[in-house]
Amino acid sequence: MLDPTRVRNFSIIAHIDHGKSTLADRLLERTGALTQREMRDQVLDSMDLERERGITIKAQAVRLRYEADGVDYVLNLIDTPGHVDFSYEVSRSLAACEGAILVVDATQGIQAQTLANAYLAIGAGLEVIPVVNKIDLPAADPDAVAAELAGILGGSPDDVVRVSAKTGEGIDDLLKRIVADVPPPSGDPDAPLRALVFDSYYDSYRGVVCYVRVVDGRLSAGDRIRFMATGEDHDATEVGVLTPRAVEVPVLGPGEVGYLITGVKEIQRVRVGDTVTAADHPASRPLPGYEEPKPMVFAGLFPADGEEFEALREALEKLKLNDSSLVFEPETSRALGFGFRCGFLGLLHMEIVKERLEREYGLDLVTTAPSVAYRVYTADGRQIQIRSPQDLPDDHTSIEEPYIRAMIITPVDYVGAVMDLASARRGEQVSMSYLGTDRVELVYSLPLAEVVFDFFDQLKSRTRGYASLDYEPEGYRPARLVKVDILLNGQPVDAFSAIVHVDRAYAYGRRMTARLAELIPRQLFDVPIQAAIGSRIIARETVKAKRKDVLAKCYGGDVTRKRKLLERQKEGKKRMKMVGRVEVPQEAFVAALKVDGG
Amino acid sequence: MSPDAPELVDAASRLRSAYVHIPFCAAVCPYCDFNVVSGADHLSGSYVDRLVAEIGDEPRWGSLGAVFFGGGTPSRIDPGLLQRVLEALADRFGLEPGAEVSLEANPEDWDPERAARLVELGFDRVSFGAQSFDPQVLTALGRRHEPTQIEEAVRAARQAGFRSVNLDLIFGHPIETLQSWETTVARAVELEPDHLSTYALTVERGTALGRWVSAGLLPPPDPDDQADKWEVAQEIIGSAGLVRYEVSNSARPGHHCRYNLAVWAGAEYLGFGAGAHSYRNGRRRRNPRRIDAYLRGLPPAEDPADERERLMLGLRLAAGVRAGPLGEALWDSPEGARLREAGVLARRGDRLVVTRPLLTDHVVRALWELQPDQQALAVSPYEC
Repeated sequence: MLDPTRVRNFSIIAHIDHGKSTLADRLLERTGALTQREMRDQVLDSMDLERERGITIKAQAVRLRYEADGVDYVLNLIDTPGHVDFSYEVSRSLAACEGAILVVDATQGIQAQTLANAYLAIGAGLEVIPVVNKIDLPAADPDAVAAELAGILGGSPDDVVRVSAKTGEGIDDLLKRIVADVPPPSGDPDAPLRALVFDSYYDSYRGVVCYVRVVDGRLSAGDRIRFMATGEDHDATEVGVLTPRAVEVPVLGPGEVGYLITGVKEIQRVRVGDTVTAADHPASRPLPGYEEPKPMVFAGLFPADGEEFEALREALEKLKLNDSSLVFEPETSRALGFGFRCGFLGLLHMEIVKERLEREYGLDLVTTAPSVAYRVYTADGRQIQIRSPQDLPDDHTSIEEPYIRAMIITPVDYVGAVMDLASARRGEQVSMSYLGTDRVELVYSLPLAEVVFDFFDQLKSRTRGYASLDYEPEGYRPARLVKVDILLNGQPVDAFSAIVHVDRAYAYGRRMTARLAELIPRQLFDVPIQAAIGSRIIARETVKAKRKDVLAKCYGGDVTRKRKLLERQKEGKKRMKMVGRVEVPQEAFVAALKVDGG
Repeated sequence: MSPDAPELVDAASRLRSAYVHIPFCAAVCPYCDFNVVSGADHLSGSYVDRLVAEIGDEPRWGSLGAVFFGGGTPSRIDPGLLQRVLEALADRFGLEPGAEVSLEANPEDWDPERAARLVELGFDRVSFGAQSFDPQVLTALGRRHEPTQIEEAVRAARQAGFRSVNLDLIFGHPIETLQSWETTVARAVELEPDHLSTYALTVERGTALGRWVSAGLLPPPDPDDQADKWEVAQEIIGSAGLVRYEVSNSARPGHHCRYNLAVWAGAEYLGFGAGAHSYRNGRRRRNPRRIDAYLRGLPPAEDPADERERLMLGLRLAAGVRAGPLGEALWDSPEGARLREAGVLARRGDRLVVTRPLLTDHVVRALWELQPDQQALAVSPYEC
């Protein structure tokens, strides 16, 4: 067991592309961990490669050894995701630490996520070490950025560590600061065991692997342990640390970070945020744990092939273990059959999940337009929450929609462009303040529904990529919203329904019908495409019936060529879905929404 | 007998025929993706040597009821060379009495002497690449003849004693108006041809036209415009007494192209020359496409025939095709039901008929999307 005074637990938090990964690599290299990692290749030859791979791929907590002033320290680097969608996961990682390194790019300065993450770390009571990275670049202005950082965190610009993760300059200073500034973990080795499960994943050979941070007591291999939230008891079959290679250790003491394998195979039985304690000598109270993450964006995921429904369910269940923020429930669509309505933290999260389902589980999916959760008041005075436009009751009296508070940092030159975008999306300005002389922080209240489609893309393109965005939920507000249905060949297609602001309903209907008229190929009959509010048609297009389809004349007995042509076309046609009598390309379900929303 | 009679198609499916490819052209038309060469006429002698050798190597079969010289431009080369090929075919297989002997010709190559010589050699059918009677459209198509040359050529063919004269027309070039096309069809009909072929211009990859369209220099042909033009043409041609028996082909009774009908009806056939295709003993064979490879005697590629191909060809015919197990599977499938409902596919006894001919390949595609058992893919025992 380690002496807790020799342990430092820290995270690196940064805006995307500010050099977090390179800095982590450099720390690994400087402390010798990387050479061990290189050795692993040979070690692995004699091992079950697949078994090892599971652990190293998700090595989210790495143990580093570092000697300062003749004393050996153990530094645990706990990884955090870097995107706005995942601030929940960031706070989860931070709860396992006493310190955080806040990295800012010396050429770009503070960004929206820098601020959001800094506030998260400060809120969690962590010691924050400000770092300016990329000081080797010609465009670097470390003094100005250090001043910005000091302005936010307090203290002097001189306290800001200046490094180049690329060249290695300043890395030793940083390591020294970690040892000096990050408080050692406090915890009672003799108290009943309390260890926080801060992440977990499913490994097909070992079952559920938990990442834990021991707060009090000791966690040893062979212990009978209890998950306090579920009340289940299990044997700790293996306990270890990641260097980043998984190394078994006999015991983890207070302040230590490592992994725990219990032989639990069922993916739903371990909850991230739960407290591990000793079954025979349990702690009286669990650790604070986490609030369940609240999904903000919802979309239907349907298997392109209806027979893959069960496979989709299994895949979602497996993903959920590594990603507790993913929620899903079965959904039936007239157009798309059986699938799941899934909740995501944001759009990026949605894309990651879809990508993983398709790539790792070989599923071919149709995704419906993303939506948000509305609060609806019914005629009989009930309040219900709907996550899909098709659930909107006809007799509702009012609707409330979720708002977010968006923090946007942009160079002064683009303030006008950002304001235009935000007001086009029904945003209300809350504040505007200067960061230094040339950058501005704009704070807006925005309906989440206006942000989920392409707000971020629009923001980036209108500011040449310079603006950054972070947001947090801001509760619900009443709004004049209507449901716009899209009818194909006279039949409403539930997957295309949307709830939109009444002032936008006509524009939305025209845009959707026009876009679908482009996306839907000509059929054997005229296909009317209509947009409707209730029974009122507000827009209409027609895909005219196909009249001619003759490929080639087939002369001189050249049958082979035409056959090849037909086979090529057959391949191209795979991703179609029958909606009533109409063949709709799968991409129409999402592409229809990717129009100039600004 | 009317060219769209099912009995005629059944008979055609038992006809033995041969195709001879003559790839030489004065210039390659911008839309053409057939196997052709320009500026290589000096190779015609050795090419015919190779043809004669290839014919001599083909296992005996039985006498031929139809021979078709296609190209390229068979009318360009010395009739003496065509004579050698005809004689080789007659020696190897024999020609039935009254066999159809057909060639493709360009109006600008044609004159009374050549016409007379070809009749003397045994040719009884000529197919002219007329394409249009509108000088601007002819230029856009890269053709080098005047409309009047078409009329002269037809007259010369008649005088020389050709039994059957065909005109090929192309419609739907983006610069062609509906009016221009109507005039073209009307002028063609005035010449009282025995047979008329009307083809929609298609943009093929690897052609000059394909490059112009993908570079945005020319809009692609509009399928609705082409559908309008096809319909207009059918009216004019029909009222002139010609009967449509295939998507693009109409003829007076007794004047259908026997060779082409045999291919569509699912008969076996022989093909000689560069890139020529044969279908014999249940296998499809294709010669090397390049002339140099063909001249060197490289062997053909081979595939077993597939039941879908029989249907693909037969569905082009106005008489339709015997369904067989695969056709029945299509008829009974959900897509088959949609095709019936849309008035595209119908049944006449045991035959399937595409009732909207311009959608033939829509039906054919449905055939390729069926997932039939392997049995249905074997060529059906029906002759047609």
